Amino acid sequence: MQIDRLSSGGLIDRSSPLGFDFDGVRYEGFAGDTLASALIANGVRLMGRSFKYHRPRGPLSAGPEEPNALMTLGAGAKSDPNVRATTQELFDGLEARSQNHLGGLRRDLLAVNDVFHRFLGAGFYYKTFMWPSAFWERIYEPLIRRAAGLGALSGEPDPDEYEHAHLHCDILIIGAGPAGLMAALTAGRSGARVALADEDFRLGGRLNAESHQVGGGGAADWAAAAAAELATLLNVTLLPRTTVFGVYDGGIYGALERLADHIAAPAAGAPRQRLWKVVAKRAILAAGAIERPIAFENNDRPGIMLAGAARTWINRYAALPGRRAVVFTCNDDGWRTARDLQTAGAEVTLVDSRAGQAKAEGFRTIPGGALVDTGGRRRVSHVSIRHADGTVDRVAADMIAVSGGWSPTLHLTCHLGGRPIWDETLAAFIPGPNPPPGLSVAGAARGVCSTAACLKDGAQKAVAALGDIGVTAPPAGAPAAEDGPVSIAPFWFVEGAKRAWIDLQNDVTLKDLQLAHQEGFRSVEHMKRYTTLGMATDQGKTANVIAIAAIAALTGRSVEETGTTSFRPPYTPVPIAAFAGRHRGGEFRPTRLTPSHDWAAAQGTDFVEAGLWMRAQWFRRDGEAGWRDSVDREVKTTRSAAGIVDVTTLGKIDVKGPDAGAFLDRLYQNSFSTLAIGRCRYGLMLREDGIVFDDGTAARLGAEHFLVTTTTAKAVEVMRHMEFCRQCLWPELDVSLVSVTEQWAQYAATGPRARDLLRKIVDAEHDLGDAAFPYMACAAVSVCGGVPARLFRLSFSGELGYEIAIPARYGHDLVDVLVRAGAEWGAAPYGVEALGVMRVEKGHPAGSELDGRTTAADLGMARLGAKKATGFIGREMARREGLTRPDRETMVGLRPVDPQAKLSSGAHFIEIGAEPTLANDLGWMASAVWSPELESYIGLGFVRGGGQRMGDRIRAWDGIRGADIVVEIVSPHFVDPEGERLRG
Amino acid sequence: MRINCPFCGQRVVEEYVYLGDAKLTRRPEGGSDHDHVYLRDNPTGRHRELWRHEGGCGAWLVVERDVTSHRIFSVMLADRGQNAN
Repeated sequence: MQIDRLSSGGLIDRSSPLGFDFDGVRYEGFAGDTLASALIANGVRLMGRSFKYHRPRGPLSAGPEEPNALMTLGAGAKSDPNVRATTQELFDGLEARSQNHLGGLRRDLLAVNDVFHRFLGAGFYYKTFMWPSAFWERIYEPLIRRAAGLGALSGEPDPDEYEHAHLHCDILIIGAGPAGLMAALTAGRSGARVALADEDFRLGGRLNAESHQVGGGGAADWAAAAAAELATLLNVTLLPRTTVFGVYDGGIYGALERLADHIAAPAAGAPRQRLWKVVAKRAILAAGAIERPIAFENNDRPGIMLAGAARTWINRYAALPGRRAVVFTCNDDGWRTARDLQTAGAEVTLVDSRAGQAKAEGFRTIPGGALVDTGGRRRVSHVSIRHADGTVDRVAADMIAVSGGWSPTLHLTCHLGGRPIWDETLAAFIPGPNPPPGLSVAGAARGVCSTAACLKDGAQKAVAALGDIGVTAPPAGAPAAEDGPVSIAPFWFVEGAKRAWIDLQNDVTLKDLQLAHQEGFRSVEHMKRYTTLGMATDQGKTANVIAIAAIAALTGRSVEETGTTSFRPPYTPVPIAAFAGRHRGGEFRPTRLTPSHDWAAAQGTDFVEAGLWMRAQWFRRDGEAGWRDSVDREVKTTRSAAGIVDVTTLGKIDVKGPDAGAFLDRLYQNSFSTLAIGRCRYGLMLREDGIVFDDGTAARLGAEHFLVTTTTAKAVEVMRHMEFCRQCLWPELDVSLVSVTEQWAQYAATGPRARDLLRKIVDAEHDLGDAAFPYMACAAVSVCGGVPARLFRLSFSGELGYEIAIPARYGHDLVDVLVRAGAEWGAAPYGVEALGVMRVEKGHPAGSELDGRTTAADLGMARLGAKKATGFIGREMARREGLTRPDRETMVGLRPVDPQAKLSSGAHFIEIGAEPTLANDLGWMASAVWSPELESYIGLGFVRGGGQRMGDRIRAWDGIRGADIVVEIVSPHFVDPEGERLRG
Repeated sequence: MRINCPFCGQRVVEEYVYLGDAKLTRRPEGGSDHDHVYLRDNPTGRHRELWRHEGGCGAWLVVERDVTSHRIFSVMLADRGQNAN
C-alpha cells in the first residue's frame, strides 16, 4: 500500500506500476520514482544503519549528496553496494537490501555501539587499540571492520561490461537545471556542438522539484519543453544519467553514464556503464546547489530531512514525507517547504532561528526558536522546541524538514587547484577566482539564487562561452519566474548541542569536533583527518560547510579565517570497473601473436609471455613427462640434426639513408660503416651512462640500407632511443628509421643439417655453400618457388644456423614447410626454453645478464669496437673509475662439482668456508640450466674479478631455496668454444 | 592534458611518452659527461621538456610547459628546437 502517496500530481507515471523488494518485502512504486521515493510513498522511513553507532537512518536528501540511504542492489556477483537510494531509478523487479547491521535492519544488534558512544568518539581507534600491538591484525581490525562500515563487495568477478568513449564538443554544459537548460538552448540554437550532461534521469534539476511557475506554467513543464527542443537539435548531445565527475588538464572532463542501472533486464553484452572522456573547448558548470542541515541534538533520526528534499518528495514524486511536520530554518527557503507541506495536507509548525519572522501563513510559526532535541526510535516521533524566551516545549512530529541554507555545487571548480571563497551575504562558499581554464560557472553553482536569475545567467554564460570560440549568438529568451531575494541569517548549530550530527555518513558529531579541539587540533585539515569528517563516500557534501563554521566557532575565528574546503575528483563514486573498461582479464593489455602462433598452438605448445608477445615455450610430445623432457629433446635434436625456432618477436628496424652507417657508428659500441654489403655483424648498444642497453645484429642489405635487430624485450625502448638520437642529437645526419618488426616473420633453422634443410626451401639459383654464403652473410633470396625472403647466416645456438625472414603473411606456411622439409633428419621445432639452454651453453648474454647494471667489460666485450675512430653513445661514461675497476663482477661460466646439483639463478657466490654475509658476497648467478650436451647443470654468473679466477671453486649459496652448491669457475663458452660448428 | 603535435594536432597525453628536461638535446661535443647524464633542472613553473608522440607520428617534441598548472606555452619539433638554440 502506497500509504504516503499523494492522490495526484508528481512526475510519476501512475499507469506504470513497478514491483520491487526491499529487505525481502514486496512494495510497489511507479515509473519515474527513485528507490527512495517509492519507499517513502510506501511509508518506509528506516532505510539504513549508521556507520559507527548503528543508529537508524532514513534519507536526508533526495539527490546524489545522500549520506544515509545507502543500499546494496542485486544479489551474488551482480550485487552492487552503497547505492544511493535517492538516485537509483526504480525498475520492475529491483531488489535492494539495507546495509551495516547484525540481525535485521529494525533490530540491529550492533546498535549497542550507540549505548557506548562515550567510548567511541573521535580518535577512539587510536586511543583504544594501542596495545598489545600483536592484537591489531588478528583481533582489533577484523572486529572493527565487522562493526563499522558500509556495504560489502560480493568478492566475485564483476559480470558486467563497461566501456570507454570519447566525445568532442564546443560547449559542455554540466547540469540541466534552469541555468543549464538555458545555456543549452542558447548554445544549441547557435549551431555549436553542445553536450548537456545531467546525473538525473529527468532533465530539469530543481525545476522538477518546485511548485512555482516558470513562463506562466509549471516549472517542470517548462523544463520538459526545453528538453524536448534540445532533443530535436542534431548538434546537441543529451547525456542524462551522466555524472561529470572530474575536470582534467586541457579541457578534458571525465563523465560516467549509467546505461543499464535502471533496466530490469539489460541486453546481454550491452555495457552497464560508460566512461566518457569529454574534450570541450568551453564548459559551463550549472550544477546547482546542495542544501545543508543544521546541527541539533539527535538530528539524525529517520524522518529528519532537508527542507528542499521534502519539496522534492511532494512535488516531483507525489509522496508525503510526513503528516505532522516541523520545519526548522534560518532562511526564507524553508518557508517554501512549509507552504508545500501544508498544501499537500500536512500539519506544519515552522521554527525560524531568525527573530521577527512571524508572517501569518496559516501555519504555526515560532520566530527566534531552535530545535533542542528529538525523540523516536525508528522514526522521529517528537521534537523539543526552544522558544525565543528560553522556554522549551515538546511537539509531536513524524518529520522534520531542516534548512541551513544552500551551498553552491562548485566541486568541479576545485579540481585543478582552485579554492572557493566565502560569501558573507549568501553564507556560502562560492567559486574562487581560479576555476579550471575554459570552465565558467552559471546559476546556483556560483551563488545566483532565484529561478529567474539562474535562467538569465545560464543564457548569458553560454553567450560568453560561444564568444570565446568565435560564435556570436543571442541569449535564449528567459521565461518569467520567481525572483525572490536571498534572505539568510547563518545558523549552523544549536547552542549546547552535543550529539548533533554533522557528517551523517561517517557518524561525526559536534561533540567529536569539540573533543578534537580540546585535544589540540586547530587546522581544518587536521580536524578532518582526526574525526574522519567529510571522508566517507559522500565526501561531506552536506557536512563540510557546517563543520568549518563549527570549527570557526570553537576557535573564535570567522569562517573565512578558519579555512576553505577543497574537492578532488570524483564528484560522486565511480566504480573501478568503469575506469578499467574493457581492459580486464586477457584484455588488460594487448597481446601480440606471431604469424605462426596458430601453427604452434596446433603442435601442443605451451606459450610464455615475453612483453606483449606470446612465444612458444616448448613443444610437448607424447610420452614426455614434464617440460624438461621436451626441452632436453629439443636441444639434442637441434645439436644432432636441426631445430626450427620462431624469432619473429625480435625488434627489426630498417635504417636507410646516405648517413645510415655513420648513424649506427655513433649508436653502437662497434662500427657498422665498415661492414660490407651482404654481411651481418653483432652490435652492442650502450646507454648514455655507459651501461649495456641492448644487443642484436645489423645486416647491411645495401650501401644505404641496414636492418638492425633488437631483443624482444627492448624493441620499443631501442626504437625510441634511436629516434631520440636521430631527431634530437644528430638532426644533421641524413638517415631515416622505421620499425618493420610486424612486417616480417622470421625463423631460425639451426643444427648440422640446417644447410641441407634450407637447400630444400631456398630456390636453386641461390648458392648456400660456405664459400658463397659464409657465416655472417646475408642476402635477398627467394624461397618455395619465388616468394621473396631474406636470408641471414646467424647462430644463437652455436650450430650452423640460418635465419630466414619472409613477409609476415607467409609466416604460418613457411614454418610448416621448414618443419616438413627437416622431417627426414628428425628436425623439430623448439621453443624459447631450449633457445635459452643453448645460448647459456654458448655463453651468450641475454636479458638476465643485460640487467641494466653490467658494462661491456663485465660481459667480456671490452675490446668490441676498440679500434673505432668515432665516438659513440656511452663511450665516455663507460670509462668511469667505478665501471672499470678490476675487481668488478665479470661474467663467467659456473659448473657444479656434482653435475646433478641443481643450480639456481639468483644464488649468491661466497668462498668455501665463508659466512653467507653481504660482506662476503662475491657476485650472483644470472642464468642456470641443465645442459643435455654436458649432462650437467651449468650457469652464467658474475663473480668479482672472475676473469682471473678460472678453475677456482666457490659456493653458490641460495638462501631462499636452501641450496649451497660447490661450483667451479669456468669459461662461459661451454660448448664448441672455438665456434667450429657455426662456421661449418 | 593535451599536447598540440606539429604534425598531428591536439592529442591526448596518453599518446605521448615523456623523457624530461630538454637540455638532454644538448649533448656535449666530446661525448657525455656526468652533468649531462645525471644533472637535471626540476623547476616549479615553466620548464622545457622532451615528449615523443609515440602513439602518433613518432616525433620528438620540445614542449614548454608550466609543470604546476600544466599550461603549455609552446610545442616545437626537437630537431628544429635544436637549431633554434
